[in-house]
This record gives sequence, structure tokens and C-alpha cells, in this order.
Amino acid sequence: MGELKGTTTSILEPGQQSGFATTKFEALLAWAQKYSLFMNPFVTACCGMEFMAVSSPRYDFSRFGSEAPRFSPRQSDLLWVVGTIVQRQAPILKRIYEQMAEPKWVLAFGTCASTGGFYDNYACVAGIDKIIPCDVYVPGCPPRPEAVLDGLMLLQDKIQRGDRTPGIVKPRIDPVQQPDTALVQLRRSRSSRPPV
Amino acid sequence: MEPLDQELDAAELELPTEPMLLNVGPAHPAMHGTVRIVMELSGEIIERCDVQVGYLHRGFEKMCERGTWTQVFPYVDRCNYVSPMLNNVGFALAGEKMLGITVPERCQWYRMILGEMARISDHLTCDGAMAMELGAFTPFLWMIKCREMVWEVMEEETGARMTHSFGRIGGMAAPPTDGFKDHVRAVVKHIMQVLDEVERLLLGNRIFLDRLENVGVISAEDAISLGWTGPCLRAAGVPYDVRKAHPYLKYGEVEFDVPVGSTSDSFDRFMVRIAEMRQSARIIEQCLERMPNKGPVNVDDPRIILPPKEEVYSTIEGTIQHFKIVMEGLKLPAGEVYSYTEAGNGELGFYLVSDGSGTPFRVRIRPPCFLVTAGLERVITGQMMADVVPSFGSLNMIGGECDR
Amino acid sequence: MSKALIELVKKNFPSAVLETHSQLGDDTVVLAPGSWKQVAAFLLDNPQSDMNMLTDLTAVDFPDRDPRFEVVAHLYSLNRGHRLRIKARIGDRDGETVELDSLSELWGSANWLERECFDMFGVKFLGHPDLRRILLYPEFEGHPLRKDYPAEKIQPLLEYRDLPNINKVAPFGPDEGMSFGRQTHKLGIYSDDEEQGSRNKIITPADN
Repeated sequence: MGELKGTTTSILEPGQQSGFATTKFEALLAWAQKYSLFMNPFVTACCGMEFMAVSSPRYDFSRFGSEAPRFSPRQSDLLWVVGTIVQRQAPILKRIYEQMAEPKWVLAFGTCASTGGFYDNYACVAGIDKIIPCDVYVPGCPPRPEAVLDGLMLLQDKIQRGDRTPGIVKPRIDPVQQPDTALVQLRRSRSSRPPV
Repeated sequence: MEPLDQELDAAELELPTEPMLLNVGPAHPAMHGTVRIVMELSGEIIERCDVQVGYLHRGFEKMCERGTWTQVFPYVDRCNYVSPMLNNVGFALAGEKMLGITVPERCQWYRMILGEMARISDHLTCDGAMAMELGAFTPFLWMIKCREMVWEVMEEETGARMTHSFGRIGGMAAPPTDGFKDHVRAVVKHIMQVLDEVERLLLGNRIFLDRLENVGVISAEDAISLGWTGPCLRAAGVPYDVRKAHPYLKYGEVEFDVPVGSTSDSFDRFMVRIAEMRQSARIIEQCLERMPNKGPVNVDDPRIILPPKEEVYSTIEGTIQHFKIVMEGLKLPAGEVYSYTEAGNGELGFYLVSDGSGTPFRVRIRPPCFLVTAGLERVITGQMMADVVPSFGSLNMIGGECDR
Repeated sequence: MSKALIELVKKNFPSAVLETHSQLGDDTVVLAPGSWKQVAAFLLDNPQSDMNMLTDLTAVDFPDRDPRFEVVAHLYSLNRGHRLRIKARIGDRDGETVELDSLSELWGSANWLERECFDMFGVKFLGHPDLRRILLYPEFEGHPLRKDYPAEKIQPLLEYRDLPNINKVAPFGPDEGMSFGRQTHKLGIYSDDEEQGSRNKIITPADN
């Protein structure tokens, strides 16, 4: 979990009946915020299918306190921008972002939302950061659910540290360091496959 | 005491109302993010409406004119992102029709199995989302879990969960894996069990039935005139299925039925999809039995298919071949072709124009969703506001395909 | 298969048929633009053709030809199971006056297909009830699928954010961004020199 350790300082003091904890107010607030992210899914395209998969039983991001979808932007803290944003949709996205109350975070789900992807043409916005600030980028077309969960954890980590620098989810396994276990293992039974 | 309204006649008792303009979408959760409907309401009845699409227009056709024919596959994937394999196969068949080649038998069965798996995943998503929009969350979770299993098969075969880019003109990117047949059998068996459970859960539910039955009715004549195809047209009682009417691949050799509806309402569209999944399972079962375990998958033509990697690295012929196909692109003969297959939502047509160079001159996809969505206006006019969600859900609008 | 369809059109409209072919089994009739709607109506009503479905309507832009655009429609008969492609060549070199009769009275599907064709190619369909842009926004100028429209030319509805280095907002270097699970490898291509460091500079709110 990398740097997730040691961010909250809480000391349990011995009391008469029940103990009490001391912590910094900011840390407590951030702790509360990061585990109760009400989300507004702005789902437009292909990544929406993967978003459904992330929210469904097998991957289940409710485990991260990000369960309740709020389709009203005024009640949500986290804007998931899932899928390609085209020029025609840009004003709507911006308006939804502006309607959200502070503090608010934005997660760009997928390559199209992050950079425009391979839709480099007249219709598409090359990344939502051209329009609204963005906190976490999850690359992938579409990203695997594991990458999305990494992105969510990264965001929670950033909330805890009060860090608004944009962050990108990277592969957990570095193909440079571990060539045996990385990208070549896409197909499980690859070794047994007959040559083409 | 005498009534207060004794001097009023009946007409004056009615409240004067003005039509109200209501805007739904595109960021409305039930509009799948990409459709906006401007409705003029009288009370709760929709008097007039204007369906606006294009919130996901990504310039598919323009992008296709910039690469090679093979580079169209990733874009085709993302047109219908619920059943990308059907689009892959559809485009590959269009290219093959232009080249005048037929892929080996093993590849045809393989394509059919993967295609039917994709169809199951498409219908699972549509029916699951439809149930969820009506408040039935459990079937949605079950069906998405099933879809996850379909995707696992796909991942094992293609390397990607949903955007596979696995088809190639003249074959597939890779032959089936060893455990393919067993895996598919197990998954299909499980899905059929879940389908039975879902049916038991939903079809005894009064609320679910009341919200779907006799809602979103369209006549068969209107549906034909609007160019509807696929499950939506079959729900109107027209048994048009490209797989039956103009068999491609090996569909002429397998047995399956074309389920049709009778009342053409949202419920029929729901049930047609459920029935089609069962038929897909039937087709898969027959394909698995008849697919040979050995044999070539790709056509034996060095101008079309990339040589194996060992040859590219070890022989000069292989290197040249590889270089020519990758750099110049596969050359389709000059001319035009219209090829059609049955995708998840209906007839998926590809109209290709080639000028003989390696770059497509024009790639036109005939999107079944676009025309089905064009009929939404006729479906919901005169209905209650609350019926928009089930009607729209039952049409299975896929943004990427509708707006391209 | 159904060369009979081509013969049928030829027999009834000898002057309207400019060209026919059956390349790859797709029967095609090129019609004079003036008789576009008339022939289409005939194909719909005639019991021998019975084309009750307009499956597709689109256009192709040939910038080198003189009637620059080719409007292509694919007809299908559900009852008889045959298809026919009809085409009309229209438009001048500049693409200013590109007009054709609308088929929206005959088939319901023509409504949106023609709107899309107008949006993408600028073909004006005479007699269309509601010829608006459909996939793009009304503020868009030009028609993107014409060959002379540059693919990258964007027409944003919103001003992009006013930030320095807007084309590179996120930190995209190998050691930036993700703070947990961060890789500490050093690739040869990303050396630690000054230039590289400034290119991948993180933009923080304090910088703005």
C-alpha cells in the first residue's frame, strides 16, 4: 500500500469507562471525507461498461466507501468522468462540475477522459483537463477494474494528505523490472497455445 | 348550504393548463449519458418531443479514413462497446467480401461462438440495466456477474475484457486456446441457470410487469418504415433476422429459432432478448460440437495475413511481407461493398468504398441503434412521462453506435 | 441474384438510369438526380420490388469528380428478401449547391439518415421537414466528412482553461503522479538532466 501508512495519528488514551482518541482535526476530516465519497457518475461511453463492472459484485467499489451514487451534482463530492467527452458535451460537463459543492474531486476514467485517446479529431475534447481540473487519471481503454480501484485508493490517499497535484495510476508491476510476469501474460494458456 | 360551483358549467371546472417544456438528459442517469429529450408535457402526457443525439459523436468515420484497413478494428470495437466481437466479425466479413475470400471452417465456427457470446453479453447488459432502471437491482447484479464470466472467456481468448480488436480481415488474431470449449460450456451453462432465476424473480413481479406491458407500443408498419431491425423489430412480430434470412458464416447449418413478440411493447422487447440468449446458447452448443480442434484459422494468403513472428525474425521473405502489410496496409481492391450481419441490436451494415490503396476511402457503418433511436419519438409521444425510462431502456440505445 | 431489379428500373425509367453494375453481388443503379424520388417511390410501391425498408442512406465525397458527391441509399425488401443500392451523383466542385429530393415522405428512417447526411456532408435534402444538424452542434461550421475538412480542426464550444502548458496539464513523467506503488526504476530515456526535469514539471495550484 506504499505511502498509505502513518497518515492519521490517533492515540487511544486510557479512560475510566471508554477510551478516547486524539487526532488532528484536518486528519479526522480528511479521514471522514475519503471514506464517504458520494459520487456522481458522468457516464458517456465505452468505459461505462467497465464502470458497471467496477460497481457490480465482483469488484465492488462500495468497499472503499464510494458506494452511494448521487445523480445530483449538488450532493456529490467525486465526479467520475467515464468515457469520451466530445465538444458538444463539454459545456454540460463544465456545468455539472460547477454545480458541485466544495470540496470536490474529479476522476478521469479511461484514456479518452484523460487525454482524448485515439479520437484525435474535430469532435472530441483531448482530455477533460482542458475544461475542468482533474485529480486522478486512470489510463486504459477501458481501464481494468483493478486499475480503477487503484485510482480510487490513490484519490483517497491524496485526500488524506491534502494533495491536489494531479496523479496518474500506473501499472503495479513494472514490466521493465519483471519481464516474466508483466504484459506478456495476457492470455492464461498462452504457453500451451500452438503456433499460428 | 348550496354548492359554490352551481353557476359554473363543466368547462369552467377544468384548470387552465399550459404545456410545460421538460428537458431530460444528456446527463440524466436513465438516458445513458448521451441522449437528450425535450418534451412538451400536458400534465403528465407527452404531447410532443424532440430526441437529440450526438453527445457521443467521436468522428468514427473520419478517423477510419486516416489509417489502414486493419486499423479500423479498434474503432469498430468502440462503436458497440457491449458486443464488440460482433462488430469485429461484421467488419472482417465486409473486408473479406470485398477481397472475395472465405476464412477456413475452424475460424467460422470460432467467430460464431465468440459472436454469440458477445450477443449474450449485450442482451444481459440491456435487460439488466432495464431492470435496474425500474428499481429491480438484484437481477442487474446477477446479470452483470454473468457478463463478467463472458468477459472472462473473452479475456482468455483475446487478451482484453471488452475492447478486443481481435478480428482480422482473413481470420482472427489468434487461434482458440486449449481450454476454450470447456470454458465456454461451463459459462453458458451457468448463464442459463441465472437466466431462469432472473425470470422467476422478475416475471412474478407485478410492478415490473405493469411498468412494461403495453408501454412503448409501436406498430409493425411503423417499425419497418423506420428501419428498425434486430430484437426491437422482432418484438413487433416481424421475424427478420439476418442470420436466418441471409445466412453468413455457418448460420445456415445450425438450428435455432427466431423469437418474435406479439404486442410490440417494452415487455416483448425484454422477453425477445431473454429468448435470444437461450437461442444463442443453442447455437454455441452446436458450434462447440462441430468446431474442429485442429486446422488453420487464417486464410493462407501472404498478402492478407501477417506471417508468424518466428518467420518475421528469421527469414527475409517474412520480414518483407510483414513490412508491406504493416506499412502500406492491406490492399482491398477498388470498388464498393455493402455487407450486413446481425449485431446485438439488429442489422449491422458496413458500406466500404476503396480506391485500391491501403487506406480506406470511406467506411460507413450502418448503425442499428441510430434508426431505433430515431423511432423513440414515435414510441413515447402520447405516453406518460414515467414510461419514457422503460421504453428507452428497452430500445437498448448504445451511444457509441448511435452517434459514432 | 436479382438482376431482375435492375431490369425493372431500367424498363420503367429508361432515361433515369445512368449506370448499373452488380459488383460483388450488390446490385446498383445510378440514377439521374431529378428522378431520385420518383424512382424510389416506384420501388417502394411496385409489388415486384416492394422495397419496404430503407436500411441506409449516406454519401461519399469524391473531391476529384465533377458531380462531387454520391448519395448512396440501400433498399431492402422484407417480404422478398432482395436488396438494391441506388445512387445519385450531385454537387459541384465547391460543394456550395448540393441538393437532392428528400425521401422522408416515403420511409420514416430517411428523416434521421438525411439529417445525418446533411450534417456530415452538407447535402441539402429538398422537402425534408426538419433539416437540422443531428450529430454535431448548431454552432459547428462546415461538414466534417468532406475530404477538404481537416480531421483535427476543432471548434470548441467552451474556451479551454487558461493555464500555462494546457496541453500538458498532468505530470506525465515516469516518476511523477502516482504516489503509492510508485516505481523507482530509472529508464535510460529519462535521465536526470535539467531539461527533462522542467519538461515534466508538476503544475500545482501555487504555480498558477
